[in-house]
Amino acid sequence: MKKAETSFSELLQSFPPEEGSIIPLLQNAQARLGYIPEEAVEVIADYLKLTESQIFGVASFYSQFRFTEPGRHSISVCLGTACHVNGGATLLETTERELNVKPGECTADKRFDLNRVACLGCCALAPVVKIDGEIHSKVNVINLKEMWNHYD
Amino acid sequence: MINITTLQKKSLIEWEALTHSNEPVIYLGMASCGKAAGAEKVKQVILESLKVHSINAKLIEVGCVGTCYLEPIMDIRAFGWPRISYGNVDEKRAEYIIQKHLVERNLSKTKPLGYLGNVPFDNIPPFSEQPMLKPQVRIVTRNCGIIDPENIHHYLANEGYSGIAKALKMTPLEVIEEITSAGLRGRGGAGFLTGRKWRTCYDTQSDVKYLICNADEGDPGAFMNRLLIESDPHAVLEGMLIAAYAIGATLGYIYIRAEYPLAIKRLQNAIEQMHKYGLLGDNILGSTFSFSLKIKEGAGAFVCGEETALIHSIEGKRGMPRTRPPFPAVSGLHQKPTVINNVETLGTVAQIIRNGAQWYRQYGIEGNYGTKTFSLVGKVRRSGLIEVPLGTPLRKIIFDIGGGTVKPFKAVQTGGPSGGCIPLELLDTPVTYETLASIGSIMGSGGLIVMDQDTCVVDVARYFLDFIQKESCGKCTPCRVGTRHMVEILENICHGEASADQLDNLETLAKLVQSTSLCQLGQTAPNPVLTTLRYFRSEYVQHINEYYCPALVCSSLIEYTVIKEKCTGCQRCVSVCPTEAITGPRSEPHNLDPSKCIKCRSCYEICRFDAIAGNAIVITSK
Ligand SMILES: Cc1cc2nc3c(=O)[nH]c(=O)nc-3n(C[C@H](O)[C@H](O)[C@H](O)COP(=O)(O)O)c2cc1C
Ligand code: FES
Repeated sequence: MKKAETSFSELLQSFPPEEGSIIPLLQNAQARLGYIPEEAVEVIADYLKLTESQIFGVASFYSQFRFTEPGRHSISVCLGTACHVNGGATLLETTERELNVKPGECTADKRFDLNRVACLGCCALAPVVKIDGEIHSKVNVINLKEMWNHYD
Repeated sequence: MINITTLQKKSLIEWEALTHSNEPVIYLGMASCGKAAGAEKVKQVILESLKVHSINAKLIEVGCVGTCYLEPIMDIRAFGWPRISYGNVDEKRAEYIIQKHLVERNLSKTKPLGYLGNVPFDNIPPFSEQPMLKPQVRIVTRNCGIIDPENIHHYLANEGYSGIAKALKMTPLEVIEEITSAGLRGRGGAGFLTGRKWRTCYDTQSDVKYLICNADEGDPGAFMNRLLIESDPHAVLEGMLIAAYAIGATLGYIYIRAEYPLAIKRLQNAIEQMHKYGLLGDNILGSTFSFSLKIKEGAGAFVCGEETALIHSIEGKRGMPRTRPPFPAVSGLHQKPTVINNVETLGTVAQIIRNGAQWYRQYGIEGNYGTKTFSLVGKVRRSGLIEVPLGTPLRKIIFDIGGGTVKPFKAVQTGGPSGGCIPLELLDTPVTYETLASIGSIMGSGGLIVMDQDTCVVDVARYFLDFIQKESCGKCTPCRVGTRHMVEILENICHGEASADQLDNLETLAKLVQSTSLCQLGQTAPNPVLTTLRYFRSEYVQHINEYYCPALVCSSLIEYTVIKEKCTGCQRCVSVCPTEAITGPRSEPHNLDPSKCIKCRSCYEICRFDAIAGNAIVITSK
């Protein structure tokens, strides 16, 4: 974790040491590391002069933060209302079953992690699935499986 | 000193140069919806084609007009012709249009959507005559899809920042008075009079005041705020300047959900440009007014859209709502007077100041003046973002603008998880804050989800309750425990495992949660259940008494079968079935073993799209 700590200490300096910095710091940590390892919580707590459980208390409230290592690619299945009425839940079930992965977790080969998301704002083209930064629209169970092939 | 007239003049020259350019100009819709529809790939094809034909053309990335169902959208302006718009431009079509329009100068087969501007052209219809656009009144969205959202000159050339320039010549109280008499009400959901909120903040004595733009857009299935920020960020930012000037705020925050990376990028870019032009920072446009802005990314909690929870979140705390009063306008962020307004509210402000309260009041109806944007989605033919005067009947929105549904219409859901399902009989209801509330729903932030006969209302109620139950902050028992019980009952009903008295329990529980929850999240959570019980009770009863889901959605109550007469035995379904439930040799009708079937829909979809016969697999009631 040494590497994370070094890059982290520079990052810390760019935020004022106050409570309002907790969320931005966690977001930055996650953007860099892909998740929030325990060490990051330690470092942030130290810098803000708060306890680790205070930091963790805030982090666990928000669904954005993940505490396990992500896969090489991230799949987010939209479960917003527009996607739901157009079959979003089936897409999630199919992904879970075919890739043998649960939301919030990562496949055994670390190829994909799976997330549920409450709306990606592309509701007019529902149902949608995001892989890494790219949003795929009008997905069905057939083209869903084809999509995965482009990510290894 | 920076002068707004000079800035606008300079921008207008750039804008005119673009509209009268000798080089062709190509405008490509690159908002999130355009990108999701494949605009990135289309862009590559366009660039490639231009190279092949040695055409020097400008490519400008614009936002979204709101006709999302036509994405990717590409406009071309060339040869002194007007800007001509094309829809559903996939890679192949992009190449074809470039060839026809720019190389052959022949539009006879390019099927344009229409021309922009007001000079008639050939036998092409005006773009504004598009069925989805014609009934609309576009005030907030006027620039969306038209200008380059990353170029402040485009905004300036279209009267941008003349609102703040005018406001700075008025007193703050005059600005507040103008907004109040325009009758503008908060577009975030509650519909509180914006001018009155500002006045409360103005009247509260304090050394520091804050302004917050609420861009959390938590309603899952709504994207009005995303589209506006992505397509015309300066409209919102100018509104923030005016609001800050009126209430006396020196620091502002934009609280935006992290799921909107492109909107965040557009805001960052816009803010940078504002600084460059003296539109942010000290002494804005040479006045004594100073204001700075920070972007705060949300971290994925629906309840943080609620204003007091949002404040807690900015302060770095768990996003729990608190009881009001005190209202944030009196004691908000860091206990200082704080105005929180929705993106769309702020996006309207500059227009009101620019054109006057009277002008704004010509739209809408008494008590509900002006326009409102809606994201029209679900089972509707023409989906996208629309803007209509308040008071427009739902029927006009869904059928005239949205083109209705392919299968018979069942209901429209307004107001997101806090709203309700409205049946066909009530579609003549004009959309106002009060009328929607009177029929058990709410206006909300503008999500309109259209449902047809293939949508199960019990499943939708379960969906919303499940959403709320997961998002409940857990502070009060009715919301935390009550919603969980409601989800359990609804799940039982969906599985055909509920008894008739559970329907009464559900109703009692819903009313209890409604009346005893601490904040609006819990208080409004039962609305989807109560409205569906009110308007679609028979569907609940069918699930319970007949184990029948009329929409054929609830998986415990349906089964998949192969129609022997239709099946040609192409084996496509056999290859996609994950449980080997389908068997049968090639060229003979297949067998589907219901005991092995997990209802994953794979065979159904592949038969619809890819099989030789098509539609040989059907879903029926058990
Ligand atoms: C559970 C809940 C979620 C909310 N989510 C949002 C939201 O995503 N965006 C928003 O502008 N207002 C939301 N609101 C309303 C805000 O509390 C607040 O009324 C609004 O931002 C005020 O701005 P306005 O007066 O311009 O509408 C929500 C309210 C509740 C109770
Ligand atoms: S509901 Fe899926 S993108 Fe909005």
